[in-house]
Amino acid sequence: MSHAAHSFEVGVLPDLATVSTVDAVGVEERAARFRTRSIKRDSKVAALKLALSMIDLTTLEGRDTPARVRQLCYKARHLHDAMEGLPQVAAVCVYPTLVGVAKKALGDSGINVASVATAFPSGQSNLQVRLDDTRYAVSEGADEVDMVISRGAFLAGDYERVFDEIVEIRKACGNAHLKVILETGELETLDNVRRASMLAMAAGAHFIKTSTGKVQPASTMPVTLVMLQAIRDFYQATGVRVGMKPAGGISKAKLAIQYLVMLRETLGAEWLNPDWFRFGASSLANDILMQLVKQESGAYQSPDYFSND
Amino acid sequence: MTETSNPENSRAIDFATDWQYAPAPESTAHIRLEDRYGLFINGEFVPAADGGTFATANPANGEHLADVAMAGAADVDRAVQAARAAYENVWSKLPAAERGKYIFRIARMIAERAREFAVIESMDGGKPIRESRDVDIPLASAHFFYYAGWADKLDYAFPGRRPAPMGVAGQIIPWNFPLLMAAWKIAPALAAGNTVVLKPAETTPLTALKLAELIRDAGLPEGVVNIVTGDGTTGQAIVDHPGIDKIAFTGSTAVGKHIQQSLAGTDRHYTLELGGKAANIVFEDAPVDQAVEGIVNGIFFNQGHVCCAGSRLLVSEAIAPLVLDKLKERMETLIVGDPLDKNTDIGAINSRAQLDKIEHYIRLGQEEGATVYQPGTAVPDSGYFCRPTLFTDVTQSHRVVQDEIFGPVLAVQTFRTVDEAVSKANNSRYGLSGGVWTDKGSRIFRVTGALRAGVVWANTFNKFDPTSPFGGYKESGVGREGGLHGLSAYLHLAGGDAS
Amino acid sequence: MSASTGDARIDVMKTYKLYIGGKFPRTESGRYYVVNDADGKAMANASLASRKDFREAVRAARGAQAGWAGASAYLRGQILYRCAEMLAGRAAQFESELVAMGADATSASKEVADAVDLLVYYAGWCDKVTQVFSSVNPVSSSHFNFSLPEPTGVVGAIAPAEQPLLGLVAQVSPALSGGNACVALAAEERPLCAISFAEVVHSSDVPAGVLNVLTGSPAELAEHFGSHMDVNAVVYAGADPELAKAIAAAAAGNVKRVVLRSSQDDEPSPYHILDTQEIKTTWHPIER
Repeated sequence: MSHAAHSFEVGVLPDLATVSTVDAVGVEERAARFRTRSIKRDSKVAALKLALSMIDLTTLEGRDTPARVRQLCYKARHLHDAMEGLPQVAAVCVYPTLVGVAKKALGDSGINVASVATAFPSGQSNLQVRLDDTRYAVSEGADEVDMVISRGAFLAGDYERVFDEIVEIRKACGNAHLKVILETGELETLDNVRRASMLAMAAGAHFIKTSTGKVQPASTMPVTLVMLQAIRDFYQATGVRVGMKPAGGISKAKLAIQYLVMLRETLGAEWLNPDWFRFGASSLANDILMQLVKQESGAYQSPDYFSND
Repeated sequence: MTETSNPENSRAIDFATDWQYAPAPESTAHIRLEDRYGLFINGEFVPAADGGTFATANPANGEHLADVAMAGAADVDRAVQAARAAYENVWSKLPAAERGKYIFRIARMIAERAREFAVIESMDGGKPIRESRDVDIPLASAHFFYYAGWADKLDYAFPGRRPAPMGVAGQIIPWNFPLLMAAWKIAPALAAGNTVVLKPAETTPLTALKLAELIRDAGLPEGVVNIVTGDGTTGQAIVDHPGIDKIAFTGSTAVGKHIQQSLAGTDRHYTLELGGKAANIVFEDAPVDQAVEGIVNGIFFNQGHVCCAGSRLLVSEAIAPLVLDKLKERMETLIVGDPLDKNTDIGAINSRAQLDKIEHYIRLGQEEGATVYQPGTAVPDSGYFCRPTLFTDVTQSHRVVQDEIFGPVLAVQTFRTVDEAVSKANNSRYGLSGGVWTDKGSRIFRVTGALRAGVVWANTFNKFDPTSPFGGYKESGVGREGGLHGLSAYLHLAGGDAS
Repeated sequence: MSASTGDARIDVMKTYKLYIGGKFPRTESGRYYVVNDADGKAMANASLASRKDFREAVRAARGAQAGWAGASAYLRGQILYRCAEMLAGRAAQFESELVAMGADATSASKEVADAVDLLVYYAGWCDKVTQVFSSVNPVSSSHFNFSLPEPTGVVGAIAPAEQPLLGLVAQVSPALSGGNACVALAAEERPLCAISFAEVVHSSDVPAGVLNVLTGSPAELAEHFGSHMDVNAVVYAGADPELAKAIAAAAAGNVKRVVLRSSQDDEPSPYHILDTQEIKTTWHPIER
């Protein structure tokens, strides 16, 4: 299994038995080390703004309405008008039926519309339905599609099915970017997370993403670290760069900064931007805004001063 | 030749990000340091009999921190007499449970003053504040806490034997983990019912003196713990003192041998924790990223000033290029600099002399034909600093593979078979520690069993715990510290064997 | 040497040689010394082992040690027990040797019986020392951590002058029980039963080189026991403090473990086994 990494190729299902293993305790120790980095002053402000620009502002609820999505899109464009020099978020993420609403609300802002698809969040429908779901979202104007893999098939060892489905859905995406959600909370082991990452990247994912947000645990730093390392190894084997999106459970600015430290020290400059890294989050933005205002004013902030759209 | 980067790898990760970490220095505002420290003898700070002092400085910037008394033979004698009197009159008469309570109290007070200890440790010794804060000081406190509980349970430790204290222990500790080594020495000695005379290292006396203040504040009976600062001559006076029943030394193998020789023909007991040149063995089925992290932790922890450092990497030929690429990439992200900065990974080399020694070996390796690799990491202009360093193209015959360098310098060799790995690992005068990285359980037990070393880490490295015995085979020392087995270093085990 | 009288048949006298690597060679030096009986009459020629004999014995011990340590504890126990059986079976021979070298019949008989019992005792410890003196250590981090005793390697053992059989067995059997290989130096003045004991060992499935027995002068050889760089521990049960000091000083050359044991201390104890053991601690992560 020497240079297992060299056997990867886009479009070819890798032999997952050759993917190097992961020691979970070692991953946790490494992830914990990133959390000991102390980010202060200018460095903190820069990190907070960077994190803001990487957010996929998300609402994924059965009770979502066009009005709710329009509020969110306005928020995406006007995060906190009282403060100058703030970036926009990267995207707004919604269900397929609301893509059209979001597309219109975001207009020429440059903010992308991302849509979950493929019978999100379980993926438990036939492939045709999931492909139709994908094509529908794209036809409504989605710039990015967040699909889920068939975790049951993956755990059952039917890697070929999981791989082929991703390939098909990538085709159905057309020009839209494909984010592949592994739902790591259901994959049980970090070895599976690494294997699934390699499989998804080889199948053509533009991004790999941890979680739907509907399963606990959602994103954790150890899981994200394993995926970042898989992205690095895949890049070094193939020259193909894949993006990363941790999602769910990242609601505090401090934690977001720790993710950025981990990103910086694992994938470096090329990935340290919204083109290659996203946070899937709903309440993170406001916590970052509170921190930014606190950095500027020196006073700790109250949520009452930040819109809760 | 010297490589400083990896330009042939066009897919190398670029760590030169626009976003940089701002300096994050730990505050020194709450630190209380005296200008001048005496010897801690019989519960009070006293000057040396001849008034001698020496200076201790911050190796990161040369700043003078304090003047410290230089103990001579007369001062050591005074300390031994105080320890003897305390042993005879107080400590040996105290109920064991009460003895334990004093030790528990020390553990708690170290935790309370942890931040101050951590900052002083980093100022005086050069180690990163992250390590003194997260490793040294918490472990020191935990060590006292662990052994405190043993004080009234010694009868359960050695089946068939009646344990009794030895009397006065003379203890000499190194500069790499100053407070932690003091804890490793003092805690089991006190729990076993001995009194102590401890000498901290010449370059790092301050946390031991702060510990003396703490012990005084804890109300420990006078003379139970005595701390005498000084240099090698002070240590020799301890070794030579006939009133000491037991010598415990941690330091170089050369000095350890000298001590063993000095004690020949006496009835004084000794334990020695000496040098090492541990092999960290990475098999082709290892969890590679965690192995790389283990290699980094093995050799760059505490600037490589670690007797159990994994200073030899033995990596399977099948994955050597992959592991080396990843290791070099990982080394790019190591931050070398101000020990007090919370983001520093590699702090200052402890002293000019040690830096000279490390640089000597880096030159020697090159003269021996080794290839040297150092990352492009920025290093401060002043103070004693050394970039993390790899040697490749080396063999068992290279001095840099054989000798303990005690710095952030790793010698890398490859192997083809398990037997070759084990044989290279054991082909050393030392036998303190070792590492094994493989996903195969049966191989872990084969290799950890075959390594002639006192501490073996499988799929991890450089882990320490008060409950876990530590110590070496061969020239790495005699005896164990830590855990149940560490108690025997401070006890006579009288007969009455149940057999 | 004992002479024959009248027309009785002539005794077959025994040649006492060294025991190295499972063979009984004469000393390479060609030297000998006369062993006298209780009446001061010459009884046998013993080999006066040289430092080169000692070197060969250490080489044999080193070669055999890993295999002995690697044998199952159960097998080591059976083999040591076999030694006891063989010694018991030859009790009369050992008693007569001891008597010939000056012991009275009662004490000779007791000494042999004690030596047999000591071998049985240490045979039984082979598969128990690890259990009794190991620990699983409850470390705070997510790791499984255990400590166990392992043999220190090659042990040099110098027997006391008193009780030449029991004194030798008391030094070597704890070391062998713990998986070490031994080079033993017999009681100088009364070495014969030590070589006979080597015959017991030789016929008891103890692998060649695991125990090596020399006869000769502690004054000459002790320093080499102390200074040999491939010896891991030295046990001195003699009574000469100057020799003890010389051994201890020389031992510093490779940080040998030095065990100074009183010649009176033949009390059976697993702590004598621990004298030539190292504690090894092993760590491995535990997934949470």
